Amino acid sequence: MTFYSDTIAAIATAMSDSGIGIIRISGEEAISIANKIFRSVNPDKKLINVKSHTVHYGYIYDGDKFLDEVMVIVMKSPRSYTTEDTVEINCHGGVLMVNRILEAVLKYGARLAEPGEFTKRAFLNGRIDLSKAEAVIDIIHSKNEFALQAGTAQLKGSVSNAVKSMRERVLYEIAFIESALDDPEHISLDGFHERISATVKELISEISKLIDSADNGKMLKEGINTVILGKPNAGKSSLMNILVGEEKAIVTNIAGTTRDILEENIKLHGIGLNIIDTAGIRETEDLVEKIGVERALKCAEKADLVIYVVDSSVPLDDSDLAIMDFMKTKKSIVLLNKTDLTTIVTEEYLKEILLDNVGEAAEVLPIIKTSTKENIGIDVFENKIKEMFFNGEISFNDEVYITNLRHKEALMDAKKSLIMVQRSIEDDMPEDFLSIDLMSAYASLGMIIGEEVGEDLVNEIFSKFCMGK
Amino acid sequence: MPEIREKVDVCVVGAGHAGCEAALAAARMGLETVIFTVSVDSIALMPCNPNIGGSSKGHLVREIDALGGEMGKNIDKTFIQSKMLNVSKGPAVHSLRAQADKSDYTREMRRVLENQERLTVKQAEVCEILAEEKDGKKYVTGVKTFTGTIYEAKAVILCTGTYLNARCLCGEAITYTGPNGLQAATHLTKSLHDLGLEMRRFKTGTPARMDKRSIDFSKMEEQFGDERVIPFSFSTDPDSIQKDQVSCWLTYTNEETHNIIRANLDRSPIYAGIIEGTGPRYCPSIEDKVVKFADKERHQVFIEPEGIYTNEMYVGGMSSSLPEDVQLAMYRTVPGLENCKIVRNAYAIEYDCINPRELYATLETKSICGLFCGGQFNGSSGYEEAAAQGIIAGINAALYCQGKEQIVIDRSEAYIGVLIDDLVTKENFEPYRMMTSRAEYRLLLRQDNADMRLRKIGYEVGLVSEQIYRTTVLKKESIDREVKRLKETPIGANKKIQEFLAKHESSALKTGTSLAELMCRPELSYEILSEIDSERKPLPADVIEQVEIELKYEGYIERQLRQVEQYKKMEKKKIPENLDYDLVPSLRIEARQKLKSFRPVSVGQASRISGVSPADISVLLVYLETFRTR
Repeated sequence: MTFYSDTIAAIATAMSDSGIGIIRISGEEAISIANKIFRSVNPDKKLINVKSHTVHYGYIYDGDKFLDEVMVIVMKSPRSYTTEDTVEINCHGGVLMVNRILEAVLKYGARLAEPGEFTKRAFLNGRIDLSKAEAVIDIIHSKNEFALQAGTAQLKGSVSNAVKSMRERVLYEIAFIESALDDPEHISLDGFHERISATVKELISEISKLIDSADNGKMLKEGINTVILGKPNAGKSSLMNILVGEEKAIVTNIAGTTRDILEENIKLHGIGLNIIDTAGIRETEDLVEKIGVERALKCAEKADLVIYVVDSSVPLDDSDLAIMDFMKTKKSIVLLNKTDLTTIVTEEYLKEILLDNVGEAAEVLPIIKTSTKENIGIDVFENKIKEMFFNGEISFNDEVYITNLRHKEALMDAKKSLIMVQRSIEDDMPEDFLSIDLMSAYASLGMIIGEEVGEDLVNEIFSKFCMGK
Repeated sequence: MPEIREKVDVCVVGAGHAGCEAALAAARMGLETVIFTVSVDSIALMPCNPNIGGSSKGHLVREIDALGGEMGKNIDKTFIQSKMLNVSKGPAVHSLRAQADKSDYTREMRRVLENQERLTVKQAEVCEILAEEKDGKKYVTGVKTFTGTIYEAKAVILCTGTYLNARCLCGEAITYTGPNGLQAATHLTKSLHDLGLEMRRFKTGTPARMDKRSIDFSKMEEQFGDERVIPFSFSTDPDSIQKDQVSCWLTYTNEETHNIIRANLDRSPIYAGIIEGTGPRYCPSIEDKVVKFADKERHQVFIEPEGIYTNEMYVGGMSSSLPEDVQLAMYRTVPGLENCKIVRNAYAIEYDCINPRELYATLETKSICGLFCGGQFNGSSGYEEAAAQGIIAGINAALYCQGKEQIVIDRSEAYIGVLIDDLVTKENFEPYRMMTSRAEYRLLLRQDNADMRLRKIGYEVGLVSEQIYRTTVLKKESIDREVKRLKETPIGANKKIQEFLAKHESSALKTGTSLAELMCRPELSYEILSEIDSERKPLPADVIEQVEIELKYEGYIERQLRQVEQYKKMEKKKIPENLDYDLVPSLRIEARQKLKSFRPVSVGQASRISGVSPADISVLLVYLETFRTR
């Protein structure tokens, strides 16, 4: 008998845009779960009936929704890495697809594995040599450390605040119920049902929004919000095109061609960038273009990184000064573009102006000479971004979205618990039943921000409610 | 002076609620037992509130009774008002609370102790715990009293309550006594300290008692007991205890009260920094309430009789350590207490107790074999919490003497288990009080099913008679039978049934179902369903109650049962006593320190220690696996 009974799943391959991705499922229900989402080309074949150590070709469906064409390997207990029933789904790579299949697996009953959990199970089930115990411990330890860091690093500002605020509200309600149960003569629950029902409704809608933001694919859009600024016709769209690798932005020599915002998600040396090409900054009377300029400035306000493209073939003017204003508070890279043409703005001159207008920050401001037309200096620019990222000078943006599946799973659990609370309220269950599911919701939300339940409730009861004797 | 040497099996130090249960359990299990008290007149004294039970505490009393303890029977004999709390809530939080006649309670318990075979009551202050080392382990060998008598014993149970180095504070007036002016025990702490046990200092407090004749009850709301009294003990015949009950009274503090308190805070020993002990947050003094909940305009005050033969009334909700003059002024602002006369002043009390992480969940100390501890000495508060630990310490001391395996009641079996596990596993910085929210499986740990949870254990250790145990077994069988029958009785969607449902405002059936399914509907009870249940045979009320709860809350109960299964798995993973945590690689520093100081017996217990993360537990599991196989 194995120590654990629940079924776990995780992506076994690296989370990258590689050719093949593998989702591994292990536990008593591994095969039956895989069976629910797998359709063989042979309509009579069911995974639950196949022999151990066999490979099967077919498709993964989430209900009626086709996901991917896959090869599935079935390994039965005890002949697998974990010694439990194990299924490996080999699908087409790509972070998105691998994630979708994993989500389907979770939906049909598996639990997302803890970091290092397959190895832990393999070990505890006697599959790994005892002499490797230390190595196993190291794996569990380092993976947990990493997950913890990544989990909290990706969760910033608004999401974490939203989760914290929800948790506080949930805890308050539990504490209220519990103190009334503990001290019914001091604290009354009259009229509580109405209040709790409103609170729970509110919480469910807030959680749903967070889940949506995870679902919208925003999860994969994670990256550095990068805004390209510059005067009209400085070469911003050309830069964008080079980075994206196709002609998305229309490039002409007529100033003001890009009248709105173009957004593209790219990977540069494995670093995600949300690149936003903006309308050129200039004083303009054209209404449509004016809106474009305003939006460009708005984008720049939210950006993590500003790329300022300077046309070295025309003199600097007020519009350049307006851009430099932004650079006072933003991480920036300056591209001195059009080096293939006659130079009017030299690097030295530009540096001086920058020092005057941006201030001290300009001292370390990277200035790179480029020609977007001739594709010169782009590699230097790309390396600079990489360097800034790895030095921690730039990082992901703060927008409200949840960056990984673990968080999403926790949100779904919290939502499920709150729906149970709602149902209990509808069924007119006594308040002590509500607190059971509220507590589960509280624990699930805590997992997102890395907080455990501990003595929170007892502390809340004593600090918010005046008890007894 | 010639030395007196006595030989017994078990010595119990202290005859409060813990000591009484401990001594009775040991003696009833066949051990020659002596119980020490500084005053025989203060056996089972209730020095604070005059009631037994209350939310979650009522559960404890039921559990003590199921194990074969005395508290439930004693309150059934001596109550003067009784009430089931939270009846409008779920069955898990129903809780019985009774007002006791304090002197009756003490007298009745003393009678039981004095007439218990193999039990001797001895008035003496125990000054020293005797122990000797054998094969590198310390074993308790007996106790020594202040007069020099030595009692040799195989096991000793410490139930010293609030008496160790006690000091009482009433404003600037400090007396070095135990509760109610009783003699404090001033020698034992040193002996325990010398044995290497970690001690600490806690405080608690009690409100004033007033002369009934000086109180104007017309300005207060009268609080009655229940029409039909439900006994605490499963062995008490309900019909035998129906009687006239006395009332309690409700009144409130007001702004004037609070102003007086605020103006005199500097004279409160707590706020002036004279009190060193840590006090409980759940029964704060009135000064604490006024300071911490400054926006509350009024606080409730319950005036409760201390007994039938006395005029003394307990002023619940207004414990205090303010000086006498401030007390009098503040009490007299409360409606109905304008002319009150104080019989006994409110006071705070400080005392020494043990850091319970010195203990196993058996309540034996980790460092000295045969030394057991129970009650307030372990850092708890409340009569019921004390008694619950007392009976476990008593049972285990007896089992220890008999050379049998000791028992641990776990968190999924009883509130007693939650109480003891919390005490020995979590860091408590204040006297610990039981609360229903502390029991994660509380749907299973109801006061109504304590007999079915614990009778078996009581029977196995020898505290519950064969005959009583049989009753419980039969009760369980008839519950199971009836649940099964209801589940298997089909109900068709016919006209008669639909009419029945319509009559009770229950939605019509679309397909056939079972009686059990119908019982899940909130509007349909077992009794209502009798109309369409022709096969039904008459069953006792307590069986029907269980059937109804089991079916109505089945979904929730099953969920908790599944959680319990997971919990048990982790409890079963034992950690060897001699495990060297310094050799476990990759534990975080905080976790390593906590594990070293608590020395948990199972992985489950380790996981409940604050500061030990799930990753630490994984690491520990892997390490234990290698340890086990080596």
